[in-house]
Amino acid sequence: MSIMEHNGAAMIAMAGADCVAIAADTRFGLRQQTVAVDFEKVFRMTDKTYVGFGGLATDVQTLRAALRFRLSTYELKEERVMKPKAFANLLSHVLYEKRFGPYFVEPIVAGLDDDGKPFLCGMDLIGAPVFCGDYVVSGTCTPNLNGMCEALWRPDMTPDELFEAISQCLLASVDRDALSGWGAIVHVITKDGVTSKRLKGRMD
Amino acid sequence: TGDSSYSYSLTTFSRSGKLLQIEYALTAVSEGKTALGIKAKNGVVLCTDKKLGSRLVDSAGVKKLEKLTENCGLVYAGVGPDYRVLVAKARKQAQQYALTYGEQKPVKGLVQDLAAVMQEYTQSGGVRPFGVSLLVAGYDDEGPHLYQVDPSGAYYGWKASAIGKNYKNARSFLEKRYSDDVELDDAIHTALLTMREGFEGEMNQHNIELAIIGDNDMLFKTLSPQELKDYLDEAN
Repeated sequence: MSIMEHNGAAMIAMAGADCVAIAADTRFGLRQQTVAVDFEKVFRMTDKTYVGFGGLATDVQTLRAALRFRLSTYELKEERVMKPKAFANLLSHVLYEKRFGPYFVEPIVAGLDDDGKPFLCGMDLIGAPVFCGDYVVSGTCTPNLNGMCEALWRPDMTPDELFEAISQCLLASVDRDALSGWGAIVHVITKDGVTSKRLKGRMD
Repeated sequence: TGDSSYSYSLTTFSRSGKLLQIEYALTAVSEGKTALGIKAKNGVVLCTDKKLGSRLVDSAGVKKLEKLTENCGLVYAGVGPDYRVLVAKARKQAQQYALTYGEQKPVKGLVQDLAAVMQEYTQSGGVRPFGVSLLVAGYDDEGPHLYQVDPSGAYYGWKASAIGKNYKNARSFLEKRYSDDVELDDAIHTALLTMREGFEGEMNQHNIELAIIGDNDMLFKTLSPQELKDYLDEAN
């Protein structure tokens, strides 16, 4: 079985009007066995940039630490906060450095740039980025996620509408995937701050 | 740094706490042709004396003002070949940054890179300090910048500065004339006047080099002799 499907994950990032949301399931499993239901896969990089990693859990954790290192040294040296686009480029670079022995993750980046405009980016495991204006998905049920997002996404949603849409997309998608689900978390980022909520879904 | 097989630094402290190699490097700098920079509220200007040794020299091949990135350039006073090494290193580091982050390195970062290299050569085995002071001018998200970097690796942010042969007179001239709200065109004018103060012989569009970076396009560009002539005519 594919190494990208060993642990299981489902995540979405979506753009609204001057806001973005990023959501992921919280299952940590070893093949069919669910081991934890509170496993974080979405991480804050800066107040305005969040990243989610689906794929092999050990690489999720290692990359998170590696990126935190890069960001901290950047902020100390440059005395400024990294912009979402620069972060996406950095992540792409970090992944490609391991081109012939990659991190088994497929990240999604969600942020707000200095003008408050949404920034979304999806990437493959060797850093090839795709920049989208609507939504990006990653995980073991991407056909489900893509289908749900295509159906429920519309432009210029308010933070509340965005929360509703991304949550419904995620919950419906993971229910038809054995390897993802068992809890979910949603972060909605606006210029005024971030609200994080846990979703009540099927625990199976 | 350096492919030398020396494991010890040639720059060592004297009893009085001085690093004489750096002092001597600064002497070399003050023997070099004058260069100056002025930061305006909407841009920066760099200027230097390009006087050629004889009329047989082909001035087209002589270039002292160099671009580091699209929005940052520099000039030097001192040992030209040392300058070229620094320019090459800084350009490479700037491109490395752009490759990693997908955006231009901030001017201050470029200056810190240059300064770090220059400091390295005061504390590494078998090498000597660079015999140049640099004036770095740039425009980024934080606005216009003018920095000076010395052979020791010390760097200073300036509103206006001069380095090289006539630097003391040039600096006092600038001190009298500078104001915080000066516009780029006035800064060019002031730069030319300052340059002329200590100039040996007649100053014209062929024996000086001038570059500007303005907030209209944030691009570092060297003025052509024709453009220079227009400014010089105004200054007369």
